[in-house]
Amino acid sequence: MALARTKRLPSRPVILLLQLGVLVAFFLIWHVLTETKILSPFFFGTPMAVLARTWTDFMSGAVWYHLGITLLETALAFAIGTVAGIAFGFWFARAPLISVVFDPYIKAVNALPRVVLAPIFALWLGLGIWSKVALGVTLVFFIVFFNVYQGVKEVSPVVLANARMLGANSRHLFRHVYLPSALSWVFSSLHTAVGFAMVGAVVGEYLGSAAGLGYRIHQAEGVFDTVGVFSGMLVLTIFVVVIDAVVTVIEKRLLHWRPQEAHTTNAQG
Amino acid sequence: MPEVAAKAPALQTDGGAPPALRLEGVTCTFPSPDGRGRTYTAVQGVTFTVAAGEFVSIVGPTGSGKSTILNVAAGLLTPSQGSALTFGAPVSGINPHAGYMFQADALMPWKSALENVAAGLEFRGVPKREAEERARPWLARVGLDRFGDRYPHQLSGGMRKRVALAQTLIVDPKIILMDEPFSALDIQTRQLMENELLDLWSADRKSVVFITHDLEEAISMSDRVLVLSAGPGARLIGEYKVDLDRPRDVAEIRMTPRFLDLHREIWGQLREEVLKGYAQTKLT
Repeated sequence: MALARTKRLPSRPVILLLQLGVLVAFFLIWHVLTETKILSPFFFGTPMAVLARTWTDFMSGAVWYHLGITLLETALAFAIGTVAGIAFGFWFARAPLISVVFDPYIKAVNALPRVVLAPIFALWLGLGIWSKVALGVTLVFFIVFFNVYQGVKEVSPVVLANARMLGANSRHLFRHVYLPSALSWVFSSLHTAVGFAMVGAVVGEYLGSAAGLGYRIHQAEGVFDTVGVFSGMLVLTIFVVVIDAVVTVIEKRLLHWRPQEAHTTNAQG
Repeated sequence: MPEVAAKAPALQTDGGAPPALRLEGVTCTFPSPDGRGRTYTAVQGVTFTVAAGEFVSIVGPTGSGKSTILNVAAGLLTPSQGSALTFGAPVSGINPHAGYMFQADALMPWKSALENVAAGLEFRGVPKREAEERARPWLARVGLDRFGDRYPHQLSGGMRKRVALAQTLIVDPKIILMDEPFSALDIQTRQLMENELLDLWSADRKSVVFITHDLEEAISMSDRVLVLSAGPGARLIGEYKVDLDRPRDVAEIRMTPRFLDLHREIWGQLREEVLKGYAQTKLT
């Protein structure tokens, strides 16, 4: 509780104001440095131009289509990766032999930088959305997989024994004990998983595609349009912040039974 | 040991009906925690009977395998030797007549108090809505009717124990196994809970096997106290009938002369075991 805190932080509006101040200061410094030609506007763009470009892109509707594509890829990568991660996480946690045998391979694949897979996926699945979804899935899958595995393994034996004494059969145990426990670990890694789904989508687009935010940034780079690049990054940032806020709301709703944030295992990106 | 074995058949006769619970020569051997193929025997040759409606406490020093005995009775653990019978039938798998109140927190943290109490009914095929309707009066009986939508972490230790009690009792088990259920509570809450338990128990006499290391708690609540020796290889070494009047108040009964006599008598035997157990923990 706020009252019991030993070191008092300023109230929430003050913090928001300070956070806004940092943003304004950043744009101000950028503006002054480019305006006085200390930094070349050609290489660094100007904040005014970037904001204006972003505004017109949103107004003209040019960016919405690409935003939609990236969002679709992110959502698909997240959904497929999560479902596969849950399924395999459960399977491995409940079948010790499988998990022991596959352990080194899982670790090896997870250690592989996923970017190198992007050209392969483009080769297999074409330049459409599915090669980006595949890249996102390889990132999301491992985060969810490790968390579900952990969640099933970490079910308290006492809670389990208690449920069995109350008459739970294996189906009940799955639904009332294993699944909630595993899902709590999945939800606590939701931020990371959604973030990685988007990284997969954007990186995939960047490396070869015909639509999406990553494609737009790549296009702008190709013609030395720094304002376009920064505008693309700005749109991407806004997009991430919005998605993150949505995830926070979902998380609060789903994990209300939890006393505090639990630790999660992180897959390597 | 022979004295207990000799007494057991006499207690078993309850109008010819089989006893609620009988353990016969139960020995539990576990692989040693340090590996290397060594084994550790927790309890050895434990034989006792609990009649229907009887409240039996088992006391013993720490590490004497008290929980092991309960786990065998619950069917969570298959003994290396010997057997457990419930109402004349051998226990294989979960004992269907038993409810178990664990020492540690065993509530499902993702379910509210009400959902936790209703869980046992749900597992028995009662629809969720109906199960929760039937759980409400049980929450009221343990004094938590206003806390139904709280999650376990939002409840105090005593409240969680009450929820666990309601959760165990709602499915109407004929035998209640309790493993130091109140040991984590402060002394005042503890006495309140003990009295509540006695109230609930006297309403419809179930068989209770109550594990505790607190001799006063054991005497004040039970019909019979069994003493377990220090582990490893703990055995039942004593049996005492508690002939105190019911209904009892656990706080008041501790002042009566008969209670003090019993306490002195049992403690005389338990003390040695506690010292032995203490010496062993020092050695290892």
